[in-house]
Amino acid sequence: MIDEGKRLDMAEGIWVVSEAFNKQINRVSFELLSKAVELNTNLNQTITAVMFYGSIDAADEKVLKDFIEYGAEQVLILSTEEEKLKKISSNRDYQRKVKDRVDAELLYRAALEYKPLIILAGATSYGRTLMPLVASKLHTGLTADCTGLSMDGEILVQTRPAFGGNIMASIECSEKRPQMATVRPGIFKAKRLNLTEKEIGAKIDKAVIHKNYNVFDDLRLFPEIVEAHDEYGDVNIVDAQVIVAGGRGLGKPEGFDLLKKLADKLGGVVGASRGAVDLGWIDHSHQIGQTGHTVNPKLYIACGISGAIQHIAGMKGSDTIIAINDDPEAPIFNIADYGIVGDLYEIIPAVLKKLS
Amino acid sequence: MNNLRICVCIKQVPDTQKVKIDPNKGTMIRKGVPSIMNPYDESALELALEIKDMAGAEITTLSMGIPAVLDMLRYTIALGVDRSFLLTSPEFAGADTLATSYTLSLGIKSTGPYNLILFGKQAIDGDTAQVGPEVAANLNLPIVSYVSDFLELGNEGLTLERFTDYSREIVKTSMPSVLTVVKAKRRLRIPKLKRLIYSFNAEVEKLNAKDLKADLKKCGLKGSPTRVKHVFSPELNKRVEFLDGSINEKAEKFRDILNRIGVISLN
Repeated sequence: MIDEGKRLDMAEGIWVVSEAFNKQINRVSFELLSKAVELNTNLNQTITAVMFYGSIDAADEKVLKDFIEYGAEQVLILSTEEEKLKKISSNRDYQRKVKDRVDAELLYRAALEYKPLIILAGATSYGRTLMPLVASKLHTGLTADCTGLSMDGEILVQTRPAFGGNIMASIECSEKRPQMATVRPGIFKAKRLNLTEKEIGAKIDKAVIHKNYNVFDDLRLFPEIVEAHDEYGDVNIVDAQVIVAGGRGLGKPEGFDLLKKLADKLGGVVGASRGAVDLGWIDHSHQIGQTGHTVNPKLYIACGISGAIQHIAGMKGSDTIIAINDDPEAPIFNIADYGIVGDLYEIIPAVLKKLS
Repeated sequence: MNNLRICVCIKQVPDTQKVKIDPNKGTMIRKGVPSIMNPYDESALELALEIKDMAGAEITTLSMGIPAVLDMLRYTIALGVDRSFLLTSPEFAGADTLATSYTLSLGIKSTGPYNLILFGKQAIDGDTAQVGPEVAANLNLPIVSYVSDFLELGNEGLTLERFTDYSREIVKTSMPSVLTVVKAKRRLRIPKLKRLIYSFNAEVEKLNAKDLKADLKKCGLKGSPTRVKHVFSPELNKRVEFLDGSINEKAEKFRDILNRIGVISLN
């Protein structure tokens, strides 16, 4: 249990920072809760889902139930004094402040008060801004984009790619607390605990803790959102389950029209390598790789992509990879599950025919 | 806009795209990998230079690194940067992001003040994207991350475009602020000849731990709460299965795979 009276030097609790967008909790939050349950196997830490008021209706029972079903024993709901903010300026409000900074201040205050052992968050644009802000203020260690997490006693062993993905490193934060880590969506699997309705009901009653901190003393720390256009373009690559990606091997920008046909057929989206984007064949929002998006779809079809390290770094987490390339030596075949050596302009139309 | 002072923090990194793998051991060959300016920092620098073109500004580049980095910093002067500093000291070595951001913050404070402090989103060797935000926290400054472009510059502040995972936002922030920059819309420019020649003799000042009055417990390896315990090569344990036969047969096998993994269902 979170006990406000405990000794200052005793860190306790595995916290999972939940991330919400458009009234939905990002799946990474549940993936990390499931991982926390696994990490907790030989410890006895309290697993806590951290939620920020204003991002989702905090009284929403379904959200609380989900957190509990995926492993949270506590739900810590952090809020701030929006009323005070409204008094300062009537046409500004909490929602229009860039969220990651506001939430970072709240998480920092909560971590200072409750001293968790571990804090986990999704390595999203939100998490990758919020977590280092908090780590810096807490003077503690943070490891980004972990692909593996395990426990060695109370030490969180954090594994991640380094050197552009060419090697793997195991990292530890042995002395400072909390130990902080971010993980990309899709790396771990979300697993329900299979609790009965009665068990869930009993847990919900005890689970919620509300905490309010005033973070708006210094308004200049919080940039203001003047406009927000959700889901820019037609691409939601990060969450896509099927991606059909093209590279320089397409030979021409029209190649992407063919890939779009296949993507549409499979209910997926079109991706691109840096090479194709740099040539101006497709917008940067489709780029996958080190300087683009990292994706973990169920199926990744790489067409005319040679398989440079920086591209592979962005897609090797895919469940199934099929590569089509006319060069049998292309490095992409080192990472693919299935390979087709041939002309994609013959193969893809043939596949489309089989699918119709 | 008078006397706008911009600091761009730059890292020299190995070109991780050009790393070769030892075919026998499957391990990375570190030797002979060329060093480049971190591509995201190039974008940050280009953004700063564009602000200078538009509004007039004094640009300073700052890097924490080994003496060999001086050439890269001199090159930034060739591009139009006004002054440049290398933070270099044996005590800075082995730093994780917390220790790096501590040292960079000292460098920023000692060479400042600045209206804007720019970072590339992440370095392509570490890929953490942590240093920019950690410096912002250290200096108690607002931060706008994932910036792709600046739209307006005024006395009260700066209007920026940013791209998050879900949305495109227009954000307004006061100055001083920290920005982290994703791939800019325009590539880093090339230097004008006259300025390039000027840069060959330009002075890049070196600052060490003593110059910065650094607390040695907070720099380098000593100041790093995270440590790398173990390094290993990623296992490439996949064996590709080539689909062969005629085009038609390949397409059929392709379809069967899609069915097997549940992306489509036949019947």
